Amino acid sequence: MEGQNVEELLAKAERDEAEKLQRITVHKELELEFDLGNLLASDRNPPTGLRRAGPSPEAELQALARDNTQLLINQLWQLPTERVEEALVARLPEPTTRLPREKPVPRPRPLTRWQQFARLKGIRPKKKTNLVWDEVSGQWRRRWGYQRARDDTKEWLIEVPGGADPLEDQFAKRIQAKKERVAKNELNRLRNLARAHKMQLPSTAGMHPTGHQSKEELGRAMQVAKVSTASVGRFQERLPKEKAPRGSGKKRKFQPLFGDFAAEKKSQLELLRVMNSKKPQLDVTRATNKQMREEDQEAAAKRRKISQKGKRKGGRQGAGGQRKGGPPSQGGKRKGGLGGKVNSGPPRLGGKRKGGQHQGGKRRK
Amino acid sequence: MDALDRVVKPKTKRAKRFLEKREPKLSENVKNAMLIKGGNANLLVTQVLRDVYALKKPYGVLYKKKNITRPFEDQTSLEFFSKKSDCSLFMFGSHNKKRPNNLVIGRMYDYHVLDMIELGIEKFVSLKDIKNSKCPEGTKPMLIFAGDDFDVTEDYRRLKNLLIDFFRGPTVSNIRLAGLEYVLHFTALNGKIYFRSYKLLLKKSGCKTPRIELEEMGPSLDLVLRRTHLASDDLYKLSMKMPKALKPKKKKNVSLDTFGTTYGRIHMQKQDLSKLQTRKMKGLKKRPAERITEDQEKKSKRIKKN
Repeated sequence: MEGQNVEELLAKAERDEAEKLQRITVHKELELEFDLGNLLASDRNPPTGLRRAGPSPEAELQALARDNTQLLINQLWQLPTERVEEALVARLPEPTTRLPREKPVPRPRPLTRWQQFARLKGIRPKKKTNLVWDEVSGQWRRRWGYQRARDDTKEWLIEVPGGADPLEDQFAKRIQAKKERVAKNELNRLRNLARAHKMQLPSTAGMHPTGHQSKEELGRAMQVAKVSTASVGRFQERLPKEKAPRGSGKKRKFQPLFGDFAAEKKSQLELLRVMNSKKPQLDVTRATNKQMREEDQEAAAKRRKISQKGKRKGGRQGAGGQRKGGPPSQGGKRKGGLGGKVNSGPPRLGGKRKGGQHQGGKRRK
Repeated sequence: MDALDRVVKPKTKRAKRFLEKREPKLSENVKNAMLIKGGNANLLVTQVLRDVYALKKPYGVLYKKKNITRPFEDQTSLEFFSKKSDCSLFMFGSHNKKRPNNLVIGRMYDYHVLDMIELGIEKFVSLKDIKNSKCPEGTKPMLIFAGDDFDVTEDYRRLKNLLIDFFRGPTVSNIRLAGLEYVLHFTALNGKIYFRSYKLLLKKSGCKTPRIELEEMGPSLDLVLRRTHLASDDLYKLSMKMPKALKPKKKKNVSLDTFGTTYGRIHMQKQDLSKLQTRKMKGLKKRPAERITEDQEKKSKRIKKN
């Protein structure tokens, strides 16, 4: 009898449990897919109940929504929870749905010149205090920036240093020095930036601030300056004996569309013949020009070395003599710049070269 | 580009912060949405945009004036707006005889249009037509997609992805369970998409998990899929690319067996076993007298051998 009572009690307890669970259980044919990080649930079951509903399936939609939401809430309530300031908070997992980014992934920047050097030497930044004690004002001031501790430009009294001109304005000198430092800093920053983006700096029209520039650079700067006018250098005056720049005009010439049919046919057949032939075509002119240019460059390099050692005249005569015996030039154009020239006086580009040095080039023809 | 890596550096801290907020980052900001009216937008479409703006506050911008553009023909105007307001999601409403009550939902990648889907509004019930209390703005909604149509065609799959992206809100790691207030339910049925939003009522059930009752709260739309402009596969792949730093790190030298026991591996250097430190037993320690006799024995043994 007691046993029966116990059994009855257990059965009743089970039934109660089942009833309770019934309130929150939902029967679905296919399980839903959950992405709890996004509070998302996807129901793949075909909506058969809804199809039968008719034009305005509001009640059925609400019932379906209620079921799906119940399942999602069941999942959410099973997450690990903690109590944060009297609120029950569930820890969400990472979202699993892959969504596209809105901006591209940031690229790593290349190191600046200083950072490369520091890495090479193993220099690490020393931790410095933000505030420094300033004797003059008797208070803690920042190390740099607005109202800094030791501001050079704000001194009211500067002693004239020993070797300086007594009439020089020392204050203006300090301000000028600071401006130069700022400009140099800015230039370095822009150079680092250009290197990072692998772009060419416009480099202030080819002129360097320090003035140490090679002849080629100056030549390039001059050419760029000539062409940077509204009419692209067409009406620029030239120095009295300066030669016209070669290569101005159209870079490529195309044949007109309806030209000489016979000539076109001939050139196309020639092209096919060349392509089909087994033997490679050798353009004697171009080959000899190439050879001569290589020899020239070698000789120029050698001359540069010799001239550095101090043996100028002898070397050049020898080189000049050699070239006369070389392969005959077949009208190949020579560029004016022979490396290894010793520049006497200011470099004059494009203008007629005075002195016996360059006449050697003309004599060669 | 870093704010400090520009040719013209920002001169104030505020400008610097502004630029830093907009630059590409490893883990990105919440996507903002811009809601635009077309040149011929009617009252219905305007009301839809206003309701969606209410759902998306504060991560949205509603433009008040009409903009005469056509998203499917010319995307430059949209891209310009996106760049100015730093919004990567957009919704454009218009109305004409050929396409009545038109809504274009789209998203951007790198300020260029990635995906655009045109939907037609067949029925609309606004927030203010349903008279009950609403939930506070800025709550994160729960999203539910029902219907097998959402996985069948590419168009529908992208639409699902786009809707998740649009409505999901900020990504959080913890959420207050009592603060789950509303749910957006999308059903795909017979070529139509039913968008309904319900407010959540948690009722007592016998156990810990509450029973859910829903109350219709917000905008409800019946949508029809019209044109689409989806991104090409490689552009889509490019936009999905995850930076290496965010990829989940693999734990090395840890393995799990079927019973749930975790095994770890330790790599040791080679040990000299003769110098191994074992337990000391003081009683067995050799006394000095014994050690001397041992040495003598060894010596005698050596002499004998020699």
